[in-house]
Amino acid sequence: MTDDRTKASEEQMAYANILNIGMWIGLLILVVTFIVYVSGIFQSFVPIEELPKYWGLKVKDYLHTLNAPSGWGWATLIGKGDYLNYVGITILAGLTIICYLVILPILLRKKDMPYLVIAIIEVAVLLLAASGILKAGGH
Amino acid sequence: MINSKSFFNVLLIISSLSLLFIFLNPSVFASEGQDIVRGVASGSNPPWWVWPLSLFVVTFILGILAVLGGVGGGVLFVPIVGGFFPFHLDFVRGAGLLVALSGALAAGPGLLKRNLASLRLALPVALIASSAAIVGAMIGLAMPTHIIQTLLGATIIFIVVIMASAKKSAFPNVPKPDTLSQSLGIMGIYREESLGKDIEWRIHRTPQGLVLFIAIGIMAGMFGLGAGWANLPVLNLLMGAPLKISVATSKFLLSITDTTAAWVYLNEGAVLPMIVVPSIIGIMLGSIVGVRILAKAKPKSIKWIVIGLLLFAGIRALLKGLGVWE
Repeated sequence: MTDDRTKASEEQMAYANILNIGMWIGLLILVVTFIVYVSGIFQSFVPIEELPKYWGLKVKDYLHTLNAPSGWGWATLIGKGDYLNYVGITILAGLTIICYLVILPILLRKKDMPYLVIAIIEVAVLLLAASGILKAGGH
Repeated sequence: MINSKSFFNVLLIISSLSLLFIFLNPSVFASEGQDIVRGVASGSNPPWWVWPLSLFVVTFILGILAVLGGVGGGVLFVPIVGGFFPFHLDFVRGAGLLVALSGALAAGPGLLKRNLASLRLALPVALIASSAAIVGAMIGLAMPTHIIQTLLGATIIFIVVIMASAKKSAFPNVPKPDTLSQSLGIMGIYREESLGKDIEWRIHRTPQGLVLFIAIGIMAGMFGLGAGWANLPVLNLLMGAPLKISVATSKFLLSITDTTAAWVYLNEGAVLPMIVVPSIIGIMLGSIVGVRILAKAKPKSIKWIVIGLLLFAGIRALLKGLGVWE
Protein backbone atom coordinates (compact mmCIF):
# COMPACT_ATOMS: atom_id res chain seq x y z
CA MET A 1 0.00 0.00 0.00
CA THR A 2 1.26 3.46 -0.81
CA ASP A 3 2.64 5.31 2.18
CA ASP A 4 1.59 8.93 2.77
CA ARG A 5 5.26 9.74 3.03
CA THR A 6 5.60 9.02 -0.69
CA LYS A 7 3.61 12.16 -1.41
CA ALA A 8 5.37 15.40 -2.29
CA SER A 9 5.74 18.00 0.47
CA GLU A 10 3.56 21.09 0.64
CA GLU A 11 6.31 23.39 -0.62
CA GLN A 12 7.17 20.97 -3.43
CA MET A 13 3.53 20.91 -4.59
CA ALA A 14 3.29 24.71 -4.39
CA TYR A 15 6.48 25.05 -6.43
CA ALA A 16 5.18 22.55 -9.01
CA ASN A 17 1.82 24.28 -9.39
CA ILE A 18 3.32 27.72 -10.03
CA LEU A 19 5.89 26.23 -12.38
CA ASN A 20 3.17 24.48 -14.35
CA ILE A 21 0.99 27.58 -14.77
CA GLY A 22 3.88 29.93 -15.48
CA MET A 23 5.49 27.59 -17.99
CA TRP A 24 2.34 27.35 -20.10
CA ILE A 25 1.72 31.11 -19.95
CA GLY A 26 5.33 31.82 -20.94
CA LEU A 27 5.28 29.30 -23.75
CA LEU A 28 1.99 30.55 -25.12
CA ILE A 29 3.17 34.16 -25.09
CA LEU A 30 6.43 33.08 -26.73
CA VAL A 31 4.60 31.38 -29.61
CA VAL A 32 2.08 34.22 -30.10
CA THR A 33 4.72 36.96 -30.06
CA PHE A 34 6.87 34.99 -32.50
CA ILE A 35 3.94 34.71 -34.91
CA VAL A 36 3.43 38.47 -34.56
CA TYR A 37 7.15 38.96 -35.20
CA VAL A 38 7.43 36.90 -38.38
CA SER A 39 4.09 38.13 -39.72
CA GLY A 40 5.49 41.65 -39.75
CA ILE A 41 2.48 43.18 -37.99
CA PHE A 42 4.90 45.22 -35.89
CA GLN A 43 8.01 46.73 -37.40
CA SER A 44 11.17 45.01 -36.15
CA PHE A 45 14.22 46.78 -34.70
CA VAL A 46 16.35 44.71 -37.06
CA PRO A 47 14.44 44.13 -40.32
CA ILE A 48 13.79 40.42 -40.48
CA GLU A 49 15.23 39.97 -43.97
CA GLU A 50 18.46 41.67 -42.90
CA LEU A 51 18.98 39.59 -39.77
CA PRO A 52 21.15 36.96 -41.57
CA LYS A 53 23.73 39.71 -42.16
CA TYR A 54 24.27 40.06 -38.43
CA TRP A 55 23.60 36.80 -36.60
CA GLY A 56 27.07 35.49 -37.43
CA LEU A 57 28.66 38.35 -35.52
CA LYS A 58 29.91 38.04 -31.95
CA VAL A 59 27.30 39.48 -29.65
CA LYS A 60 29.34 42.55 -28.72
CA ASP A 61 29.86 43.36 -32.41
CA TYR A 62 26.18 42.69 -33.10
CA LEU A 63 25.10 45.17 -30.43
CA HIS A 64 27.68 47.73 -31.52
CA THR A 65 26.90 47.48 -35.24
CA LEU A 66 23.15 47.75 -34.77
CA ASN A 67 23.27 50.04 -31.76
CA ALA A 68 21.02 47.45 -30.10
CA PRO A 69 20.27 47.53 -26.39
CA SER A 70 21.62 45.15 -23.76
CA GLY A 71 20.39 44.47 -20.24
CA TRP A 72 16.81 45.55 -19.71
CA GLY A 73 17.09 48.08 -22.54
CA TRP A 74 14.84 45.82 -24.64
CA ALA A 75 11.88 46.90 -22.48
CA THR A 76 11.92 50.32 -24.14
CA LEU A 77 11.61 48.61 -27.54
CA ILE A 78 8.72 46.33 -26.66
CA GLY A 79 6.69 47.79 -29.52
CA LYS A 80 9.16 46.31 -32.01
CA GLY A 81 8.31 42.85 -33.35
CA ASP A 82 11.65 41.28 -32.44
CA TYR A 83 11.87 42.68 -28.91
CA LEU A 84 8.25 41.78 -28.22
CA ASN A 85 9.46 38.16 -28.04
CA TYR A 86 11.47 39.04 -24.95
CA VAL A 87 8.24 39.15 -22.93
CA GLY A 88 7.79 35.36 -23.20
CA ILE A 89 11.51 34.70 -22.79
CA THR A 90 11.59 36.85 -19.66
CA ILE A 91 8.60 35.04 -18.19
CA LEU A 92 10.29 31.68 -18.73
CA ALA A 93 13.56 32.96 -17.29
CA GLY A 94 11.85 34.67 -14.35
CA LEU A 95 9.57 31.81 -13.41
CA THR A 96 12.02 30.18 -11.01
CA ILE A 97 12.23 33.38 -8.97
CA ILE A 98 8.44 33.38 -8.53
CA CYS A 99 8.47 29.69 -7.56
CA TYR A 100 11.04 30.38 -4.83
CA LEU A 101 9.07 33.38 -3.55
CA VAL A 102 5.98 31.18 -3.29
CA ILE A 103 7.69 28.57 -1.10
CA LEU A 104 9.34 31.08 1.26
CA PRO A 105 6.25 31.56 3.47
CA ILE A 106 5.71 27.79 3.64
CA LEU A 107 9.30 27.19 4.75
CA LEU A 108 8.94 30.01 7.30
CA ARG A 109 5.72 28.55 8.68
CA LYS A 110 7.35 25.13 8.96
CA LYS A 111 10.34 26.76 10.68
CA ASP A 112 12.59 24.99 8.20
CA MET A 113 15.36 27.52 8.76
CA PRO A 114 18.19 25.92 6.71
CA TYR A 115 15.99 25.71 3.62
CA LEU A 116 14.51 29.15 4.26
CA VAL A 117 18.04 30.59 4.23
CA ILE A 118 18.98 28.58 1.14
CA ALA A 119 15.84 29.77 -0.68
CA ILE A 120 16.42 33.41 0.28
CA ILE A 121 20.03 33.28 -0.93
CA GLU A 122 18.90 31.60 -4.16
CA VAL A 123 16.37 34.39 -4.77
CA ALA A 124 19.17 36.91 -4.24
CA VAL A 125 21.40 35.04 -6.71
CA LEU A 126 18.61 34.85 -9.30
CA LEU A 127 17.78 38.54 -8.88
CA LEU A 128 21.44 39.44 -9.23
CA ALA A 129 21.65 37.47 -12.48
CA ALA A 130 18.41 39.01 -13.74
CA SER A 131 19.36 42.54 -12.76
CA GLY A 132 21.88 43.00 -15.53
CA ILE A 133 24.43 44.36 -13.05
CA LEU A 134 26.86 41.57 -13.90
CA LYS A 135 28.73 42.25 -17.10
CA ALA A 136 30.92 39.90 -19.09
CA GLY A 137 34.08 41.75 -20.06
CA GLY A 138 36.61 40.91 -22.71
CA HIS A 139 36.67 40.52 -26.42
CA MET B 1 2.40 -5.58 -42.53
CA ILE B 2 5.08 -3.34 -41.05
CA ASN B 3 5.02 -3.42 -37.25
CA SER B 4 5.44 -0.28 -35.17
CA LYS B 5 8.96 -1.18 -34.10
CA SER B 6 10.13 -1.48 -37.70
CA PHE B 7 8.36 1.76 -38.57
CA PHE B 8 10.10 3.65 -35.78
CA ASN B 9 13.43 2.10 -36.68
CA VAL B 10 12.99 3.31 -40.27
CA LEU B 11 11.94 6.76 -38.99
CA LEU B 12 15.03 6.96 -36.83
CA ILE B 13 17.33 5.87 -39.62
CA ILE B 14 15.79 8.49 -41.97
CA SER B 15 16.13 11.17 -39.27
CA SER B 16 19.74 10.25 -38.62
CA LEU B 17 20.59 10.16 -42.33
CA SER B 18 18.92 13.55 -42.82
CA LEU B 19 21.04 15.04 -40.08
CA LEU B 20 24.15 13.40 -41.49
CA PHE B 21 23.39 14.82 -44.96
CA ILE B 22 22.95 18.29 -43.53
CA PHE B 23 26.15 18.06 -41.53
CA LEU B 24 28.24 16.63 -44.33
CA ASN B 25 27.08 19.43 -46.62
CA PRO B 26 27.97 22.48 -44.61
CA SER B 27 27.55 24.50 -47.79
CA VAL B 28 23.83 23.99 -47.28
CA PHE B 29 24.07 26.08 -44.16
CA ALA B 30 27.36 27.28 -42.79
CA SER B 31 29.26 28.68 -45.71
CA GLU B 32 26.22 30.63 -46.88
CA GLY B 33 25.99 32.29 -43.55
CA GLN B 34 29.69 32.98 -43.41
CA ASP B 35 29.52 34.67 -46.81
CA ILE B 36 26.68 36.83 -45.60
CA VAL B 37 28.66 37.82 -42.53
CA ARG B 38 31.60 38.73 -44.69
CA GLY B 39 29.29 41.00 -46.61
CA VAL B 40 29.61 39.07 -49.83
CA ALA B 41 26.67 40.03 -51.99
CA SER B 42 25.51 36.81 -53.53
CA GLY B 43 22.34 36.16 -55.41
CA SER B 44 22.34 32.57 -54.12
CA ASN B 45 21.81 33.54 -50.47
CA PRO B 46 18.67 31.87 -49.23
CA PRO B 47 15.75 33.96 -47.97
CA TRP B 48 15.72 34.61 -44.21
CA TRP B 49 12.95 32.09 -43.48
CA VAL B 50 15.07 29.16 -44.63
CA TRP B 51 17.11 29.43 -41.43
CA PRO B 52 14.39 29.28 -38.77
CA LEU B 53 12.61 26.61 -40.81
CA SER B 54 15.80 24.52 -41.05
CA LEU B 55 16.40 25.10 -37.36
CA PHE B 56 12.90 23.91 -36.56
CA VAL B 57 13.37 20.71 -38.61
CA VAL B 58 16.77 19.93 -37.11
CA THR B 59 15.68 20.65 -33.51
CA PHE B 60 12.55 18.55 -34.05
CA ILE B 61 14.79 15.60 -34.98
CA LEU B 62 17.11 16.40 -32.09
CA GLY B 63 14.11 16.41 -29.74
CA ILE B 64 13.22 12.86 -30.82
CA LEU B 65 16.80 11.66 -30.52
CA ALA B 66 17.28 13.36 -27.14
CA VAL B 67 14.35 11.53 -25.58
CA LEU B 68 15.28 8.17 -27.08
CA GLY B 69 18.95 8.64 -26.24
CA GLY B 70 18.19 9.78 -22.69
CA VAL B 71 20.05 13.06 -23.00
CA GLY B 72 19.00 16.68 -22.62
CA GLY B 73 18.24 18.81 -25.66
CA GLY B 74 20.90 21.40 -24.83
CA VAL B 75 23.81 19.02 -25.05
CA LEU B 76 22.86 18.06 -28.62
CA PHE B 77 21.71 21.53 -29.63
CA VAL B 78 24.83 23.61 -28.96
CA PRO B 79 27.48 21.54 -30.75
CA ILE B 80 25.25 20.63 -33.69
CA VAL B 81 23.66 24.03 -34.31
CA GLY B 82 26.91 25.80 -33.38
CA GLY B 83 28.88 23.63 -35.78
CA PHE B 84 26.61 23.57 -38.79
CA PHE B 85 24.50 26.74 -38.78
CA PRO B 86 25.71 30.25 -39.55
CA PHE B 87 24.81 31.73 -36.16
CA HIS B 88 27.58 32.96 -33.88
CA LEU B 89 28.34 30.65 -30.99
CA ASP B 90 27.30 33.40 -28.52
CA PHE B 91 23.71 33.25 -29.83
CA VAL B 92 23.75 29.46 -30.08
CA ARG B 93 24.79 29.12 -26.44
CA GLY B 94 22.13 31.61 -25.36
CA ALA B 95 19.54 29.61 -27.29
CA GLY B 96 20.95 26.33 -25.94
CA LEU B 97 20.39 27.48 -22.38
CA LEU B 98 16.82 28.52 -23.14
CA VAL B 99 16.16 25.21 -24.92
CA ALA B 100 17.45 23.27 -21.89
CA LEU B 101 15.58 25.61 -19.54
CA SER B 102 12.28 25.22 -21.38
CA GLY B 103 12.57 21.43 -21.38
CA ALA B 104 13.27 21.45 -17.65
CA LEU B 105 10.41 23.87 -16.92
CA ALA B 106 8.04 21.66 -18.89
CA ALA B 107 9.12 18.45 -17.17
CA GLY B 108 9.51 19.96 -13.68
CA PRO B 109 5.90 20.12 -12.46
CA GLY B 110 5.15 16.47 -13.23
CA LEU B 111 8.38 15.25 -11.71
CA LEU B 112 7.88 17.30 -8.54
CA LYS B 113 4.25 16.27 -8.11
CA ARG B 114 5.10 12.59 -8.49
CA ASN B 115 7.80 13.13 -5.85
CA LEU B 116 10.49 11.84 -8.19
CA ALA B 117 12.30 15.17 -8.34
CA SER B 118 13.21 16.07 -4.77
CA LEU B 119 13.10 19.74 -3.79
CA ARG B 120 15.11 18.92 -0.65
CA LEU B 121 17.89 17.42 -2.73
CA ALA B 122 17.68 20.05 -5.47
CA LEU B 123 17.68 23.29 -3.46
CA PRO B 124 21.17 23.11 -1.88
CA VAL B 125 22.69 21.71 -5.07
CA ALA B 126 20.92 24.35 -7.19
CA LEU B 127 22.30 27.17 -5.06
CA ILE B 128 25.85 26.03 -5.73
CA ALA B 129 25.33 25.19 -9.41
CA SER B 130 23.32 28.29 -10.30
CA SER B 131 25.85 30.62 -8.67
CA ALA B 132 28.66 28.88 -10.54
CA ALA B 133 26.65 29.05 -13.79
CA ILE B 134 26.70 32.86 -13.58
CA VAL B 135 30.48 32.77 -13.39
CA GLY B 136 30.59 30.27 -16.27
CA ALA B 137 28.35 32.42 -18.45
CA MET B 138 30.48 35.51 -17.82
CA ILE B 139 33.67 33.61 -18.60
CA GLY B 140 32.13 32.11 -21.74
CA LEU B 141 30.97 35.46 -23.09
CA ALA B 142 34.32 37.11 -22.35
CA MET B 143 36.46 34.46 -24.06
CA PRO B 144 37.55 34.65 -27.70
CA THR B 145 35.30 32.56 -29.93
CA HIS B 146 37.98 30.13 -31.16
CA ILE B 147 38.97 29.25 -27.61
CA ILE B 148 35.39 28.67 -26.46
CA GLN B 149 34.77 26.65 -29.65
CA THR B 150 37.84 24.48 -28.97
CA LEU B 151 36.88 23.96 -25.32
CA LEU B 152 33.33 23.13 -26.38
CA GLY B 153 34.65 20.46 -28.76
CA ALA B 154 36.86 18.97 -26.05
CA THR B 155 33.96 19.00 -23.58
CA ILE B 156 31.61 17.27 -26.02
CA ILE B 157 34.18 14.55 -26.67
CA PHE B 158 34.54 14.16 -22.89
CA ILE B 159 30.74 13.84 -22.60
CA VAL B 160 30.82 11.14 -25.28
CA VAL B 161 33.34 9.20 -23.20
CA ILE B 162 31.13 9.58 -20.09
CA MET B 163 28.02 8.48 -22.00
CA ALA B 164 29.77 5.48 -23.51
CA SER B 165 31.39 4.27 -20.30
CA ALA B 166 29.45 5.48 -17.24
CA LYS B 167 27.50 2.92 -15.28
CA LYS B 168 24.20 3.62 -13.55
CA SER B 169 22.89 2.19 -10.33
CA ALA B 170 19.16 1.81 -9.79
CA PHE B 171 19.45 1.65 -6.02
CA PRO B 172 22.93 2.67 -4.83
CA ASN B 173 24.05 1.38 -1.46
CA VAL B 174 24.24 4.22 1.08
CA PRO B 175 25.41 2.57 4.31
CA LYS B 176 25.46 5.78 6.31
CA PRO B 177 24.26 9.24 5.27
CA ASP B 178 26.78 12.02 5.83
CA THR B 179 26.37 14.66 8.52
CA LEU B 180 25.47 17.47 6.12
CA SER B 181 22.70 15.57 4.36
CA GLN B 182 21.36 14.44 7.74
CA SER B 183 21.29 17.95 9.14
CA LEU B 184 19.56 19.22 5.97
CA GLY B 185 17.15 16.29 6.04
CA ILE B 186 17.95 15.25 2.49
CA MET B 187 16.12 11.95 2.23
CA GLY B 188 12.83 10.73 0.89
CA ILE B 189 10.56 7.93 -0.05
CA TYR B 190 8.97 7.21 -3.41
CA ARG B 191 6.74 4.60 -4.97
CA GLU B 192 8.66 2.27 -7.28
CA GLU B 193 5.90 1.01 -9.54
CA SER B 194 8.09 -1.57 -11.28
CA LEU B 195 8.65 -3.32 -7.93
CA GLY B 196 5.30 -2.43 -6.44
CA LYS B 197 6.84 -1.08 -3.26
CA ASP B 198 7.94 2.11 -1.57
CA ILE B 199 11.64 2.88 -1.67
CA GLU B 200 13.30 4.92 1.08
CA TRP B 201 16.40 6.77 0.02
CA ARG B 202 19.13 8.92 1.52
CA ILE B 203 22.44 10.24 0.28
CA HIS B 204 26.09 10.40 1.26
CA ARG B 205 29.23 12.29 0.18
CA THR B 206 27.21 15.52 0.04
CA PRO B 207 30.20 17.91 0.45
CA GLN B 208 32.09 16.21 -2.39
CA GLY B 209 28.97 16.36 -4.56
CA LEU B 210 28.48 20.05 -3.88
CA VAL B 211 32.09 20.78 -4.85
CA LEU B 212 31.57 18.97 -8.17
CA PHE B 213 28.45 21.03 -8.80
CA ILE B 214 30.64 24.14 -8.85
CA ALA B 215 32.41 22.71 -11.91
CA ILE B 216 29.12 21.53 -13.44
CA GLY B 217 27.57 24.98 -13.02
CA ILE B 218 30.55 26.72 -14.59
CA MET B 219 30.48 24.38 -17.60
CA ALA B 220 26.71 24.76 -17.99
CA GLY B 221 27.01 28.54 -18.09
CA MET B 222 30.13 28.63 -20.21
CA PHE B 223 28.91 26.32 -22.99
CA GLY B 224 25.13 26.69 -22.69
CA LEU B 225 24.86 22.91 -22.69
CA GLY B 226 22.43 22.20 -19.91
CA ALA B 227 24.12 19.86 -17.48
CA GLY B 228 22.06 16.70 -17.19
CA TRP B 229 24.97 14.65 -18.52
CA ALA B 230 27.00 15.66 -15.46
CA ASN B 231 24.23 16.02 -12.85
CA LEU B 232 23.12 12.44 -13.22
CA PRO B 233 26.39 10.60 -12.46
CA VAL B 234 27.12 12.90 -9.51
CA LEU B 235 23.66 12.51 -7.95
CA ASN B 236 23.44 8.78 -8.68
CA LEU B 237 26.94 7.33 -8.50
CA LEU B 238 28.65 9.74 -6.11
CA MET B 239 25.88 10.90 -3.78
CA GLY B 240 23.92 7.66 -3.92
CA ALA B 241 20.44 8.87 -4.86
CA PRO B 242 18.35 6.18 -6.61
CA LEU B 243 18.44 6.37 -10.41
CA LYS B 244 14.85 7.58 -10.82
CA ILE B 245 15.32 10.28 -8.18
CA SER B 246 18.61 11.30 -9.79
CA VAL B 247 17.20 11.49 -13.32
CA ALA B 248 14.16 13.51 -12.21
CA THR B 249 16.05 15.81 -9.84
CA SER B 250 18.75 16.37 -12.47
CA LYS B 251 16.12 17.45 -15.00
CA PHE B 252 14.42 19.76 -12.51
CA LEU B 253 17.78 21.13 -11.41
CA LEU B 254 18.40 22.44 -14.92
CA SER B 255 15.44 24.78 -14.54
CA ILE B 256 17.33 26.58 -11.78
CA THR B 257 20.96 26.23 -12.94
CA ASP B 258 20.22 27.31 -16.50
CA THR B 259 18.03 30.19 -15.38
CA THR B 260 20.89 32.19 -13.88
CA ALA B 261 23.12 31.58 -16.90
CA ALA B 262 20.26 32.38 -19.28
CA TRP B 263 19.78 35.73 -17.54
CA VAL B 264 23.44 36.61 -18.11
CA TYR B 265 23.15 35.76 -21.82
CA LEU B 266 19.86 37.65 -22.03
CA ASN B 267 21.31 40.74 -20.39
CA GLU B 268 24.38 40.60 -22.63
CA GLY B 269 22.11 40.62 -25.68
CA ALA B 270 23.05 37.06 -26.70
CA VAL B 271 19.47 35.89 -27.18
CA LEU B 272 17.95 36.18 -30.65
CA PRO B 273 14.25 35.23 -30.83
CA MET B 274 14.70 34.08 -34.43
CA ILE B 275 17.05 31.35 -33.15
CA VAL B 276 15.46 30.71 -29.76
CA VAL B 277 11.77 30.30 -30.56
CA PRO B 278 11.94 27.82 -33.49
CA SER B 279 14.46 25.81 -31.47
CA ILE B 280 12.29 25.64 -28.36
CA ILE B 281 9.19 24.70 -30.34
CA GLY B 282 11.07 22.21 -32.51
CA ILE B 283 12.74 20.42 -29.64
CA MET B 284 9.57 20.33 -27.54
CA LEU B 285 7.46 18.89 -30.38
CA GLY B 286 10.27 16.45 -31.13
CA SER B 287 10.34 15.43 -27.47
CA ILE B 288 6.59 14.76 -27.51
CA VAL B 289 7.01 12.53 -30.59
CA GLY B 290 10.08 10.94 -28.96
CA VAL B 291 8.09 10.04 -25.84
CA ARG B 292 5.41 8.40 -28.01
CA ILE B 293 8.04 6.42 -29.89
CA LEU B 294 9.65 5.46 -26.59
CA ALA B 295 6.33 4.07 -25.36
CA LYS B 296 6.25 1.66 -28.31
CA ALA B 297 9.85 0.87 -29.04
CA LYS B 298 13.33 1.75 -27.99
CA PRO B 299 15.88 0.54 -30.49
CA LYS B 300 19.11 -0.34 -28.72
CA SER B 301 21.05 1.36 -31.47
CA ILE B 302 19.67 4.78 -30.52
CA LYS B 303 22.21 5.36 -27.75
CA TRP B 304 25.01 4.79 -30.25
CA ILE B 305 23.38 7.01 -32.87
CA VAL B 306 23.28 9.84 -30.30
CA ILE B 307 26.85 9.13 -29.21
CA GLY B 308 27.94 9.09 -32.86
CA LEU B 309 26.21 12.42 -33.56
CA LEU B 310 27.75 13.99 -30.47
CA LEU B 311 31.20 12.68 -31.34
CA PHE B 312 30.92 14.05 -34.87
CA ALA B 313 29.68 17.43 -33.61
CA GLY B 314 32.39 17.49 -30.93
CA ILE B 315 35.15 16.81 -33.46
CA ARG B 316 33.65 19.46 -35.75
CA ALA B 317 33.62 22.03 -32.90
CA LEU B 318 37.19 21.14 -31.93
CA LEU B 319 38.50 21.41 -35.49
CA LYS B 320 36.52 24.61 -36.10
CA GLY B 321 38.00 26.12 -32.95
CA LEU B 322 41.51 25.11 -34.03
CA GLY B 323 40.90 26.58 -37.47
CA VAL B 324 41.32 23.19 -39.20
CA TRP B 325 37.70 22.81 -40.42
CA GLU B 326 36.12 26.22 -40.98
